[in-house]
Amino acid sequence: MPQEFDLNQFKVTYFEECQDLLETAEEQLSILQAQLGDVDVETLHAIFRCVHSIKGGAGAFNFTGLIEFSHILETTLDLLREGKIQPDHNLVDCLIRSNDVLGTLVHMAQKEIEPSPDIWKTIASELEKYSGLNITTSAASLNEEDVSPLLASVAGYNLTAEEEEEQGWGLFLENILPPSSQMSSEMEKDDQGWGLFGDEPEIENNTETAHCPELTKPHYRIRFVPEPHLLQFANEPLLLARELKTLGDCIAHVDVSRLPKLADIAPDVAYLSWSFDLYTDRSIADIEEVFEFVIDDCQLDIQLVDNREQIEVTSDVADSPQDEALADLAGDIQPRESTPVPRPQKEQSLSKTENKKVDMAANGNVSAPMVSSIRVELDRVDRLVNMVGELVITQSMLKQQADELANNAGLRMTQGFEELNARTRELQESVMAIRMQPVKSVFARMPRLVRELSAKLGKKIDLITSGEMTEVDKTVIEQLMDPLTHMIRNSVDHGVETPDERRAAGKPERARIYLRAEHKSGRIQIEVSDDGRGIDRDRVLAKAEEKGLIERDVEIDAQAIDNLIFTPGFSTANSVSDVSGRGVGMDVVRRNIISLGGRISVFSTPGEGARFLMSLPLTLAVLDGMIVKCGAEKYIIPLTSIIESIHPVREEIKSLMNGGTLVSVRGQYIRIVNLHHLFNLKDAITDPAESLVVIVETERYGYVGIMVDELLGQQQVVIKSLEENYDPIAGVAAATILGNGKVALILDVDGLAEMEHGAEKRRKNKSLQRQVFLTGE
Amino acid sequence: MPSTHNYLMPHDQKGADISESASETRQYISFTIGQEEYGVDIMAVREIKAWTDTTHLPNTPEYMRGVLNLRGVIVPIFDLRCRFGMGLTQATNMHVVVIVQVGQRMVGMLVDAVSDILTIAKDEIQQMPQMERNIDDEYLSGLVTVKDRLVALLDADLLFNQQSIENGVVLGKAALGDK
Repeated sequence: MPQEFDLNQFKVTYFEECQDLLETAEEQLSILQAQLGDVDVETLHAIFRCVHSIKGGAGAFNFTGLIEFSHILETTLDLLREGKIQPDHNLVDCLIRSNDVLGTLVHMAQKEIEPSPDIWKTIASELEKYSGLNITTSAASLNEEDVSPLLASVAGYNLTAEEEEEQGWGLFLENILPPSSQMSSEMEKDDQGWGLFGDEPEIENNTETAHCPELTKPHYRIRFVPEPHLLQFANEPLLLARELKTLGDCIAHVDVSRLPKLADIAPDVAYLSWSFDLYTDRSIADIEEVFEFVIDDCQLDIQLVDNREQIEVTSDVADSPQDEALADLAGDIQPRESTPVPRPQKEQSLSKTENKKVDMAANGNVSAPMVSSIRVELDRVDRLVNMVGELVITQSMLKQQADELANNAGLRMTQGFEELNARTRELQESVMAIRMQPVKSVFARMPRLVRELSAKLGKKIDLITSGEMTEVDKTVIEQLMDPLTHMIRNSVDHGVETPDERRAAGKPERARIYLRAEHKSGRIQIEVSDDGRGIDRDRVLAKAEEKGLIERDVEIDAQAIDNLIFTPGFSTANSVSDVSGRGVGMDVVRRNIISLGGRISVFSTPGEGARFLMSLPLTLAVLDGMIVKCGAEKYIIPLTSIIESIHPVREEIKSLMNGGTLVSVRGQYIRIVNLHHLFNLKDAITDPAESLVVIVETERYGYVGIMVDELLGQQQVVIKSLEENYDPIAGVAAATILGNGKVALILDVDGLAEMEHGAEKRRKNKSLQRQVFLTGE
Repeated sequence: MPSTHNYLMPHDQKGADISESASETRQYISFTIGQEEYGVDIMAVREIKAWTDTTHLPNTPEYMRGVLNLRGVIVPIFDLRCRFGMGLTQATNMHVVVIVQVGQRMVGMLVDAVSDILTIAKDEIQQMPQMERNIDDEYLSGLVTVKDRLVALLDADLLFNQQSIENGVVLGKAALGDK
């Protein structure tokens, strides 16, 4: 914890946290929707926790609009999870929209815009309709304890039953009361901090009836002494105590002897220890199970005692007068006979309605896995990635120099370099791993998209996702959002038929869209498939001819027709709908994927569905490349796209009328890309029969052969953006730095194929455009 | 990939100019191209280094001399002589590259030599006379006379922003090819 209470710093954390919470809530809401009819209360709890945490932080920063709305939402959720209202389709829909509004409000709070109540009033009244109805119909049947939060919410009073329970991350003080109640909110602050001082008149209202221990049951005495670091592992003795209480009647005695002076108290150190008198029929093993998660972080002693023995009621009284006072105070607040719950050390306080939430909280918090992760700014990670990149470059530079040394010295160093090489590669991989994230963050948004679109289009669709935890570089994830959204839209809009059509085709009414991710040979493969009508090849062909994308009456195979949908300017949607088909189409998807160094392909079976396969690199930071020479320049061709390289003999080379060249490779004609021509390079080999042809696979043009002078070797290179300081250059994907410190360009094979294609067309058309193109003027 | 639209950043310094009183001074680094002397705001200059071989970028204007590696960052180098229409610089390692920050980008200017650091009060700067010159007027922010030498002050933002946009358009067209 920082020494200074810098609110802004917390705000940043809060908004980051909010983002996560909103996403979680969204995710849980879609689960809830899927569960309708058989709702798991845990889902409701999870949604509630999200909203509650958002509200908690909002309270601390006094974002009034956000507080008010989240409170209303929370009230409805609270009723839901208590089973007082039943979720139905409309309500869940309303909740989803509420979550959006919540997101908007968070966003506005972040931008420091005071939201106008209009934003949330409509949806809030809708929510209140659900919660309000309930109050009038079922209030009579509620007992006093349950009515209080309801009444509180009706009166606009901002505290609910859960208020005192810190659900979030403990950073924020729950300051939810309106300013007029400043006094009590101040008290709450104290309460949240220590829970030790006399700020809890409420406790005396505890409606829990005092249970007299049934002395007939076996009596266990449990001594529980937490290690000081117990709290740092997110363990909470209160929850343990509550858990114990579920086993039977339990009396807790607090031992404050380890409590230091107030000034010396560290907030995250466990000072208190307890002894519990537990009367239960359960076995020792059951009791031990309660402490399962903390067993390594505490001293635990469980003993069966003689029933007739007098229950020891004196707690260890501390030596110092201050501590004694504290102990007394604690005693006052918590009469041993009546409150079978121990004092928590911090954060938690007892409230009149808390106990009924015991099970929920215990499930939600104790069993939650300990996640040892930290939030790091992306900048810092990138700096690390960059530095490692530099290291790799420096290393290859040194290696080059060592190779030039006299034989003997060089040999000895080579061994060292091999070792260093292995280490740096390892280091690089570890650093890259920091940037890896599961694709879940992208996938999680898709169910909603499908839901909304299918509702709009009157289609019934189930989205089935798998492989959400597949990890890929953060940048790739960010860039994946748009193409994936587009493809899903496409499937929903064009791929899947209406229920009527499906029935007619003898398919189940509900269509399925699959979204899968998996790692495959060092890349991530993402598949979007549906069981819809597949690609309508006749229509695609007609459209392509109409738009002049292909020539009429040319034989074209089915696969090629399917691939036409990736052609720029192609969109088969008859009308421009707001769902998809706004003139940009799959070509944009393809372009996006390619700019990521990925590939996309489509497989379609008419009447059975279409399958889109995307293959993307796991990282955008490094790539294995082949260094080639062309004229005086060195270029890098990504190794992943290289198929083979050949020295063509003259007989295998065919010149076309339009100036293009083909080379025959085992009977297959492959178009040659004249690199020296496209890049206007001097001193390069111009005769294909004397040059080396590197055959690469492109997305749009299949195999093409890039004509170069020679291959110089294979190397892992660090990808540097050219566009950081300059504009994109056709045929160049990015740049890198070679061992000699010089910049080398990484070729964009698809771009080159397209340039060659364009050049041929222009040659054919004898257009002036070529001149424009080559001179750049 | 980072956004390529950074060059559309507003010119912050323009606003500052207005509020400055006439006697306030600014420092400029002056450099020569042939017989002519130019100045550029010292605050924009990131580094001055000797010319080293660059990597040529295909299909770029002649004055675009390629890119070089500046401690891991790829920086494009522009030949100012050529940019001003005075022919290509026969660059040797005696020539100098002035790296300047333009908006979010770093670009290098190939010049003959760096000559001086000038401290110039605002009221010393004269407006550009409307006459025929090698450079389009819009790239110059003013003229000053320092010890009988005439120094033309360059506005790097304008010089490169304008150009980047034009390049972007031309290249965009080229990339789209025949469509």
